[in-house]
Amino acid sequence: MENNKKQLRIALRNCGFINPENIEDYIAHSGYAALASVLETNDPQATIDVIKKSGLRGRGGGGFPTGLKWEIASKNHADQKYVVCNADEGDPGAFMDRSILEGDPHSILEAMAINGFCIGASKGLIYIRAEYPLAIERLLIAIKQAEEAGLLGRNIFGLGFNFDIELRYGAGAFVCGEETALIHSMEGDRGEPTFKPPFPAQSGYLGKPTNVNNVETFANIPVIILKGWEWFASIGTEKSKGTKVFALAGKIDNVGLIEVPMGITLREVIYEIGGGIKDDRKFKAVQTGGPSGGCLTEKFLDTPIDYDNLIDAGSMMGSGGMIVMDEDDCMVSVAKFYLDFTVEESCGKCSPCRIGNKRLYEILDKITEGKGTMEDLDHLKNLSKVIKDTALCGLGQTSPNPVLSTIENFWGEYVYHVVDKKCPAGQCKALKSYIINPDLCIGCTACARACPVGAIKGEKKMPHEINQANCIKCGACVEKCKFNAISIK
Amino acid sequence: MEKIKSLADLKKKREELQSSLQLREQGENNENLIRVKVAMATCGIASGAKQVMEIIMNEAKKRNIPVEVTQTGCMSYCYAEPTVEVTKPGQEPVVFGYVTPLKAEELVEKYLAGNEMLPGVIPINYEKVEL
Amino acid sequence: MDKIKLTIDHKEVSAPKGTTILRAAQSIGIDIPTLCHFELNGLNIHNKPGGCRICVVEVEGRRNLAPACVTECTEGMVVKTNSIRVLNSRRTVLELILSDHPADCLVCAKSGHCELQNLAIRFGVREIPFQGEQSSYKMETSPSIVRDMNKCVMCRRCETMCNDFQTVGALNAIERGFPAVVSTAFNQKLSYSPCTFCGQCVAVCPVGALVEMDHTARIIRAIADEKKTVVVQVAPAVRVALGEEFGMKPGTIVTGKLTAALKALGFNYVFDTDWSADLTIMEEGTELIDRLTRHLKGDKDVKLPLLTSCCPAWVNFFEYHFPELKDIPSTAKSPQQMFGAIAKSYFADKIGIKREDMIVVSVMPCLAKKYECAREEFKVNGNPDVDYSISTRELAALIKQANIDFNSLQDAPFDSPLGESTGAAVIFGTTGGVIEAAVRTAYEVITKKPLPRIDFTELRGLEGVRSATIDVDGLKLNIGIAHGLSNARRLLNDIKEGKSQFHAIEVMACPGGCIDGGGQPLHHGNSEIIKARWEAIYEADRNMPLRKSHENPSIQTIYKEFLGEPCSHKSHELLHTHYFDKAKVIEVKLD
Repeated sequence: MENNKKQLRIALRNCGFINPENIEDYIAHSGYAALASVLETNDPQATIDVIKKSGLRGRGGGGFPTGLKWEIASKNHADQKYVVCNADEGDPGAFMDRSILEGDPHSILEAMAINGFCIGASKGLIYIRAEYPLAIERLLIAIKQAEEAGLLGRNIFGLGFNFDIELRYGAGAFVCGEETALIHSMEGDRGEPTFKPPFPAQSGYLGKPTNVNNVETFANIPVIILKGWEWFASIGTEKSKGTKVFALAGKIDNVGLIEVPMGITLREVIYEIGGGIKDDRKFKAVQTGGPSGGCLTEKFLDTPIDYDNLIDAGSMMGSGGMIVMDEDDCMVSVAKFYLDFTVEESCGKCSPCRIGNKRLYEILDKITEGKGTMEDLDHLKNLSKVIKDTALCGLGQTSPNPVLSTIENFWGEYVYHVVDKKCPAGQCKALKSYIINPDLCIGCTACARACPVGAIKGEKKMPHEINQANCIKCGACVEKCKFNAISIK
Repeated sequence: MEKIKSLADLKKKREELQSSLQLREQGENNENLIRVKVAMATCGIASGAKQVMEIIMNEAKKRNIPVEVTQTGCMSYCYAEPTVEVTKPGQEPVVFGYVTPLKAEELVEKYLAGNEMLPGVIPINYEKVEL
Repeated sequence: MDKIKLTIDHKEVSAPKGTTILRAAQSIGIDIPTLCHFELNGLNIHNKPGGCRICVVEVEGRRNLAPACVTECTEGMVVKTNSIRVLNSRRTVLELILSDHPADCLVCAKSGHCELQNLAIRFGVREIPFQGEQSSYKMETSPSIVRDMNKCVMCRRCETMCNDFQTVGALNAIERGFPAVVSTAFNQKLSYSPCTFCGQCVAVCPVGALVEMDHTARIIRAIADEKKTVVVQVAPAVRVALGEEFGMKPGTIVTGKLTAALKALGFNYVFDTDWSADLTIMEEGTELIDRLTRHLKGDKDVKLPLLTSCCPAWVNFFEYHFPELKDIPSTAKSPQQMFGAIAKSYFADKIGIKREDMIVVSVMPCLAKKYECAREEFKVNGNPDVDYSISTRELAALIKQANIDFNSLQDAPFDSPLGESTGAAVIFGTTGGVIEAAVRTAYEVITKKPLPRIDFTELRGLEGVRSATIDVDGLKLNIGIAHGLSNARRLLNDIKEGKSQFHAIEVMACPGGCIDGGGQPLHHGNSEIIKARWEAIYEADRNMPLRKSHENPSIQTIYKEFLGEPCSHKSHELLHTHYFDKAKVIEVKLD
């Protein structure tokens, strides 16, 4: 197996090394030293400047400069401010936040306390999905241990800084990863995004200035403090610094979590870290950015991965899902799969997302059912553009990305579905036809007996035939045929 | 743990912990102690890590092998769960993947007790920030 | 104030800081279409979810389109409201909304008043390119309101009214994605929810998702039934709003045409709820004086402040949300119910018919009145005091159906004896009016001196909570007034905490009182209409020869002939009621 140590672990530095339920393990690995140094320096703005200069950007998907976000929150004055950790990891197949919370919970607590000191907040809240019971358990243990050790609570290190952390549980709504929706959910309201401005940094939780950062973003903070911004900024590309954790999945040998420096190419990730495509099939596309991302083709294999390049390529960083597809994957079905998710997870507040995504899904479904028309493809293109242009929040604005990027990169495949009524990948059931080769069929009747709808007719010892109108494409005949006489076209 | 009341406290505590860690690593404290870490995130547990951890402890006890078994977070080799890292005194850690209950017994019998390598070793393909 | 300069459609605009693109555009005659956006200026009602996305505009330098209703202008902003990108997006969004909306405009109650229909007309939509699943929810009827959520466009206006303005909390969005819809908790019927039937959700719904329970057919049948004597009463606020349905200027007082129209419709007797409003003042005013006198004598058990009880939505509200305070409101029935009780006793006797042969119809600016007249305690052996209550809108529909050219009608007077009234009664139609009418009478009764002035302007206005101290010959009477149940809630919380300094509080559920009741002609967010009605109410008061309830000769007569004196035994029997603890009877019904 190739291994040139392409990975660099910053956010995942302690995962798989320390006992997450033991604060001493964390302290032995320089835990809480960053908080100590920040409190000792006693200059919030200096710390914010370090984060700003490090070039760290939000790892939850938006890529907003973290230091700037802190600075805005620090400059809005209020009697109470809040630090919120967004642990509402909702992308299908993404689990980097869970891994960090389960493997290194103290790093998040420490980073939140640093954030609290910088913006003048004495309260931290972790919004975590209730479907992460182990992460919750370990966070609760960690909070208790940190409080007992005096690393959270009142007068930390005797330096007069108070900081408490509580958990808030989410019910697993994808849209609650959007910060305004997350805040509404924490307040006990319907998890719906609201128009920004006001930004949470101005008016967030309970109307108070609130800084919301994602788990992975926080996990980077103590390292930046301890190693210095120069070190961090030396990793990555011009506009995207540091590393990114990806959940590598799909048709690849080594699925799992990886943490790579920004600027690495997809080729390196897929072939060198991921071990290449399973069963030596041909690479077709890689989907990044979760349901809001897009599918990238071979031509992007050598593009350095960073926030801006991915957007230019028609996808996005997202929270770090990366799904590799091979020639057996139908791109229309892939788009449909993601739309199915967005339709389910839309909050329903704005019309383009509530109704538009539903209609997008319905058109895609029509196409995979072999009932699509060229006019449908026009609607698909226009509707995608309009949803992107008019939806209220990030979820809606990015939901057509899977459609747009597959249309852009796999237009021919769409046309093939619509005009030729065929699915090149052989994935769309309705577009498959099972054909008996009369030269190979010996008329054993095994297929006819297996067919659940009686679509196969023929005399004994004579070649059989499948009535295409009745065939439900279940494939039972293929399994029964011992003479390889039945093929799928 | 007693309260850490000042920066000096934290520093002292860290040094204490690090030196005891070092002692163990250099094997001066117990030159035969083998340290085993079992990846116990949700994914690991779902693939049977709890059972694997028990087996390793029981089997080592049966054979009187001095072993310290601890849980840790996700080692991120999803394709090879459950994963177990074994550090023998004075040696580099070795990560084993696909550690089924059967393989866990084998691991104790062959690698912990003997020194026989087993298949399924996962090469470390990353660098880690050192703090 | 800081001014911002920007360009909209190549025109320079200057607007105060904080102005939205929508308002800035309006100021230079650019009318950006909206759907969910709803404001009642001056009444503190704002619904700006930025959800429908009909008002999107192009802002130079911005990645996506901006909703004009919530995006604030910034210095140097360049906005395009009619570029091809905007027009295409707007039309597509409209087509999407229409693709999940039943196309049954011909038989929809909101047809002709529907804001979605207006948009479809404005955009010239001739076909809907998107076919697919349509929402299908169960239609629900209640005594006052019909919910057909298949028509809901998720504008959330009803939620704003129900939750922010009324703090009733009956309606909220449920589900997510395509099935998201506004509903009650556990999707229960409105009757099992904390709904007060104020009808403000209906008043603001841009489409036909929330409409009133239509009783016009029953009225036509009742009039056609020769065995029945059909008596109609008209609430004060109807006369300052009905004209709008016939193209008249908001605030036109149409009392004379209204009575003429009711006579033309075939009602046997056309009476006035103003008459029973005067009666209400006699009863409620006496109750107030009685409680005050006892209070001044040091009676610790006396309940103060006295709360008015003419607004049925308000009654429902305290029964559900503040049952522990149910002994405080006046026991006087509302004017509608007082009228019914007198019509079916005193008046039925007078004309020599049995109560069963009389049908009492009320024309109300209100939807809660439909619920009120169906309350069990307002029935005698199952026969209700008021049989049917119809809204101002339903009356307009009846007039149109009956080929009556409203505009050319000759004014006609109310019938006697339940048609005579004073200016004190007509001001019941707006917030502060009931208490002003009560003060006019209480003053003269307590001091036995004529009022030095009739207009208590300190009690008037459209602020949500108002207060005034009236000097009743040395006695300082502290009056509180609230309209909107959120404002009432504030005053009730003060009472609960023992902090209230008021002797009497008037509450009306709707914005501005009955003039903007749930049954009034739709104002579509134009608060100027409400202000015009408000002014008309006081104009109607000024036009009356008598302006104090106790001077109403017909009222004086009924006390002489029938009731004895205010708060007499007979009055209590006919004109007073009691309240229930509704918090306990709300239950979840699974069907």
